[in-house]
Amino acid sequence: MANYKDIINSCREKRGGIIEAFHALQAEYNYIPQDALVEAARVFGVSEAQAYGVATFYSYLSVENRGKYIIRMCESAPCHVAGADAVIRAIENYLDIKVGETTADGKFTIELCECIGQCQATPVITINSQPVFNVTPEKVPEILDACK
Amino acid sequence: MAEELRVLLQYADQINPESADDYVKVGGYKGLEKARSMDRKALIDEVKKSGLRGRGGAGFNAGMKWSFVPQDAPIKYVVCNLDEGEPGTYKDRIICEKNAQALLEGMAICGTAISSKQGYIYCRGEYPFVVELLKNAIKSAKASGALGDFDIEVRMGAGAYVCGEETALIESIEGHRGEPRFKPPFPGVEGLWAAPTVVNNVETFACLPNILANGAEWFAGIGATRYPGTKIVTLTGDIENATYFEVPTNVTLRDVIFTLGGGVKNGKKFKAVQVGGTSGAFIPEQNLDTQIDFDSMGSIGAALGSGAVFVLDETRDIVDVVTRISKFFEHESCGKCNPCREGTFRLREIMEKVNAGRGTTQDMDNLLLLSKVMQKAALCGLGQAAPIPIESTIKHFRYEYLRKI
Repeated sequence: MANYKDIINSCREKRGGIIEAFHALQAEYNYIPQDALVEAARVFGVSEAQAYGVATFYSYLSVENRGKYIIRMCESAPCHVAGADAVIRAIENYLDIKVGETTADGKFTIELCECIGQCQATPVITINSQPVFNVTPEKVPEILDACK
Repeated sequence: MAEELRVLLQYADQINPESADDYVKVGGYKGLEKARSMDRKALIDEVKKSGLRGRGGAGFNAGMKWSFVPQDAPIKYVVCNLDEGEPGTYKDRIICEKNAQALLEGMAICGTAISSKQGYIYCRGEYPFVVELLKNAIKSAKASGALGDFDIEVRMGAGAYVCGEETALIESIEGHRGEPRFKPPFPGVEGLWAAPTVVNNVETFACLPNILANGAEWFAGIGATRYPGTKIVTLTGDIENATYFEVPTNVTLRDVIFTLGGGVKNGKKFKAVQVGGTSGAFIPEQNLDTQIDFDSMGSIGAALGSGAVFVLDETRDIVDVVTRISKFFEHESCGKCNPCREGTFRLREIMEKVNAGRGTTQDMDNLLLLSKVMQKAALCGLGQAAPIPIESTIKHFRYEYLRKI
């Protein structure tokens, strides 16, 4: 596993690049660990409070540990009318957790999100940012079982 | 009879969008060459004359926007807004996936006009694969020499709808919370790192190569006179052909939905359409013979906005859909200004009450009053537009509300 200091350093040349550093950290850890947040604040010359303010402003960034696979369900209007509610219930039932929670084995986290721009194939979920199209409650077990 | 008119997407799926060489083979980078041969003022005048207006929310004349940039500033930036967060919109993704080099060329043309050497593309966090595509496209364009000394860097957003607002977007590139700034100063005078900055969206930039290559008159002659050119629309909801089309701006909404879109799904009847994304007005059947251009949409109290076309069939519960939309705005409000922070919260609260069958006509009056306050007092477009779906549905579909009261 890459050292968080190296990850942050790889972005330090980018002016205002703290969000880029957060993305890079999340690519490695799936969240922004506390120590890394403190280090990023130092490298980019902002206070820890400001760095925390940035990390918690954006819905794709998280300061809480999350599962290996982050399942996001789009709830925006096009997915809503296409049956997003039934899909999210099927995901919750299959994994036996609620939105915002992580499975006990640390494998899955469920989050809600807004439009991901794949509205040609609603309802849509993403698994670690990769979109899965035309999801139905019936397809949920197969989709989740494919995450090893 | 409505037909597609492909200008931006003319070579979709025929060229590799990452490859500058492919793009040059179909006439790419000729517009930039022309722009560089022109005097700066003449270039800006040419873009003004074409009538190109922003393909985002404001519909401002692009050449006019550029002309506000003070020439004596040592550093200036060109920023591309690829934060298309309006639900039901994916046209900027399509432009990148089909014709990314046209975006880069358009940014370089703008760079020439305002003498800027540095561009940024702010891509929404939902599109990491587009970020990769664009990075490769930039590499290819730089290697081919087409961009000359104009550099472009891609920055990725992180899931905040408000960052589609240009000053919030600038804040985000600077590494801050994406909260809008007070205007003035406008970005053209004081934008990214306090330097003059032009912010346009992907579709606006992608129009420029053809405008330069074919001339302002050619562009001005396409579509509606006051909002010329083509527009990419994305059809969602209860529609047979849930896909995207590039159309001249004088096509009517009815043609978009019933000719290109194939009509309402499963042979059901039409109830309403929301144009321009989730912040747009809901439009009833009697207004469908309106052209989609910016001003015509404005004349029926709607907005072309992003070009999203969200169709609802006769069976849909409009109050339920609008309640869902009110949750969206509560979630996406950045919290900086009071009218939006409190307003989106109260709108959602009242809508949920009405949707659950516990509302009164007093609630509807309160929704309309709050709606007025937010449109006048909110700091940015998010808070100003958030009540529009509610206001427009109380106006056109009042009976749906009354049924639940």
